[in-house]
This record gives sequence, structure tokens and C-alpha cells, in this order.
Amino acid sequence: MGKTRVVVTGLGASTPLGGDVASTWDGLLAGKSGIRTLPWDNLDAFPVQFAAQAAVEPADTGLLAKPQMRRMDRCQQFALIAAIEAMKHAGYAHKDTPGETVDPDRLGVVLSSGIGGLHSALDSYDVFREKGWRRVSPFTVPMLMPNGSAAHVGLEFNATAGIHALVSACSSSAEAVGYAIDMIRSGRADVVIAGGTEACIHPLQMASFGAMRAMSTRNDAPELASRPYDKARDGFVLGEGSAVLILESEEYARARGARIHAYASGVGYSADGHDMVQPPEDGRGAAKAMQRCLKDAELEPEQIVHINAHGTSTPLGDVAELNGIKGALGEHARKINITATKSMTGHLLGGAGALESLITVLSLREGLVPAVANLENLDDQVDLDIVMGEPRKLPDGPAAALNNSFGFGGHNVTLAFERAL
Amino acid sequence: MAEVSTQTILDGLGEIVEEIVGIPAADVTPEKNFIDDLDIDSLSMVEIAVAAQDKFGVEIPDDELKNLRTVQDVVDYVQGLAAKA
Repeated sequence: MGKTRVVVTGLGASTPLGGDVASTWDGLLAGKSGIRTLPWDNLDAFPVQFAAQAAVEPADTGLLAKPQMRRMDRCQQFALIAAIEAMKHAGYAHKDTPGETVDPDRLGVVLSSGIGGLHSALDSYDVFREKGWRRVSPFTVPMLMPNGSAAHVGLEFNATAGIHALVSACSSSAEAVGYAIDMIRSGRADVVIAGGTEACIHPLQMASFGAMRAMSTRNDAPELASRPYDKARDGFVLGEGSAVLILESEEYARARGARIHAYASGVGYSADGHDMVQPPEDGRGAAKAMQRCLKDAELEPEQIVHINAHGTSTPLGDVAELNGIKGALGEHARKINITATKSMTGHLLGGAGALESLITVLSLREGLVPAVANLENLDDQVDLDIVMGEPRKLPDGPAAALNNSFGFGGHNVTLAFERAL
Repeated sequence: MAEVSTQTILDGLGEIVEEIVGIPAADVTPEKNFIDDLDIDSLSMVEIAVAAQDKFGVEIPDDELKNLRTVQDVVDYVQGLAAKA
């Protein structure tokens, strides 16, 4: 008997491009930027004065009651909003929305943050210093803990197969999707709510990523700041939001007649063993993750038509990843349509892997790859087929795609998806 | 400290409960038990107590919190402290 195949049956998102999947996808195809100057009154204190804030405030969605929001960190609010959209999209019931139900013991959640409830932690510290411990919210701990988002989603949908929150910085939610695939393959669950969330556009993060010199400093033109593979790229742009995918065993999804958007075919992991925050220039760690992913998904390099790259717009990282792609896929690498959607969404850190998995699924389903925004002058070191200018049509028929995510700490995660025919 | 009227305390408590747990202020009537009738959990009770302290200017020690089972208990407690002051 072969491996249990895992399918994607639902998608949900709240991103800098839109408050749901449809508006996010429209924004990507239109080449829209979710990046703008921060509405802060002390911007002079920061080396970087812009970010990709979520397009729709959680309070404006009408999905979360005010008392519920009071005890949730901003990252948890985004996660729950995305999870509700994804579950409804997959045909499941939620509150007043009728739909199918899942046996709680067969429903799991794997939802990650790279950082977690930073706003809550720091806000509570301010309250403590100003007013003492009695005024600190008794919900501070569940609001700041990195598994808080997964737990909120699990409680909302009564998922008792298991709730997990894997953490590996910017590859956290790629790991979440990978773990969800394994959860279904191993028989622990039939349905898993998988995703990632982040909301740390906070002065401390703007200062600390600024101190690392990791972010673009293009303060005079924020919407042009995230420009993977461009000669003038100078760092990543911090973003916030969440993306969630509903994964199911193919058997379970087919039995209930669910629409299948794509197969989640496999996952590969590696660690660089090189440096805390920089990849090796040859991208050998990334290559290992891609090769292990192909093996896990039982795919040949020639089947890959598209890669949604990690491509954060840093001078070293973008090229190292492309070197890794060549290392893993050989000559075929030159035929792959490669995009980097952080050029529009900014970098959602722990939410990035899930968001880009979601975009990869849509690219396969719609047969259309969003172009890298702001790519005016291709870096001389780039010799692969980067999608520039207009969205690129993918060939019809069987097609597989990869999504790369890498995290500080030297984590590399690659996910493989296949078109549902 | 002047006696705070029962209605003032009920109105204030109703506002606090509505803000913190989302139960309509009109449901916060004297006979209601916070846990059994209003379904308020222990951490939310801590928040409500802190908000009540701020609103009515009285201290509610943790030891006292467990004795405040109903809305009327809070009214009595606040008025009792006000009478002593």
C-alpha cells in the first residue's frame, strides 16, 4: 500500500494585500504592494520607517467579538480569522454558517508563529511597570505564548486529535504544513488546520531587525522596497498576517465530496550547519531540503514547473537560494518558473511559509504565477527564469511546484504541491 | 466615603461585565451567580474584580474574590467597604 495522499480542501488568509484569499490573490496578480510608511508619530527614531501591515484590521472583520479579541494577541486574531475562512472554504460548519462537521478526535491543528505574542508581552510589561502586577491582564501568558494561536484555533473548532506549534523562525509555518502532512499520513488525523501567523510590527522589532541591518531602508519609496533578484535590493520588509490551509487525507476528502484544490505531496527539511542568520553562498542547505522534499513526494526534478521562492530581497539570501535550486534540480532548474511574492506581501516571518504555500496552491489551480514586483534590473548573478512583469501562465496538465522557506537558525523547509486534475 | 447606591454599582458592574466577557449589561442582575448563571471563568473574574476596584475605588483582595459569588455579593461588599470608610 502506498502513502496516504494529502489534499488541500480549504484556504484562508489575512494579509497586507487583503483580508481574505480572494483579495490577496487579486492583489498578487495585479502586482499590488502591501507595503507603506508606518502611521507612527516617532518615525525618526527608526532606521526603517515602513512595513507591510495587514490590509484589514481584525476588529473590522466582524468575525471576532470584542471580549474574545481582548484576550487574544494580534497574531492570534489573524490566525483565527484565516482559520475560519479556510474551514468555511472547505465546507465545514462554523457558528451560524452551516456545513459539515469532523469527529473532534480526527481533527488536528498545526499553526505556527516565529515570534508569537510580542505585542501582548510588551504591552503587559508596560502595564506592570506603570501600575503593578495586579493590573496585568490574567490572559497575558496565553496571549504571548507561541502556541497560543494554535490553541485558539483548536478551541474554536474543537480539535482534539492534537494541537501543535512548531517554531523555526521564518520557516515555522512551512514546518507546520509539513507536520500536518505527516499527521495525516501517520493516521493521527483525517483533517488538519495548518498554517502560520505573525504580528510583530512593533517598535522593538523595527529596532532589532534594524540593528541587524537586515531590512530595506528605502524610506522614500516603501512600495518599491521589496525587490527580490533586483540589483538594487537592500533587505527584506517586515509584514504581518496569517494564512491557513485545510489538509485532509484524499480518502476522507473524496468520501465527503470536497473540492480538492491541490495535493500537498511532501516535505523536506535540512539545517545549514553554517551560521545563525546567513545561508552558505552555494545554498547547499536549501538544496538538501529540496532534494529531500522531492524524495518524500516521489517527484522527479522534471515534474517541477514552478517554485515559490523564499526570496526575501536580501543581497546574499536571494542568490544563495537560486544556487540551491540549481544544486537540487540540476539543468531542469532553468526551465522552472520562479517567483518571490514577498515583493508584494512583505515578509510574514512565521506566517510566510503558509502564505506562500497557499499562493503555490492557487498558482497550480489557476495555472498562473504572480510576477515578482519591483524587479527592474535583474542581478547579474541570476541565471534562472524569474517571472517578471506580468503573471506567467503555467502549462496545462500534470504539474508540481515547490515552496521554499528558510529561517534564522539555519532551518530549511521545502514543501511540494501537485495540481489536482 | 459616601454610600454608593445599589443602582450605581449594578450599572457599573453591568458595563464591566459587558466589556470584558460580552454578556449584555442588562443580564447582570443581583441574583445572578457569576460562574453558574453568567458562565464567567476564573481568569475573567480576576479581570472583572480589577476593573471593579478601579471603578468603585475599593480594594478586592484575592482572598475575598472567592466569596463574591453573585452580583449581589459585589454590591454588598462595595457598600460594606464604603460604610466602613
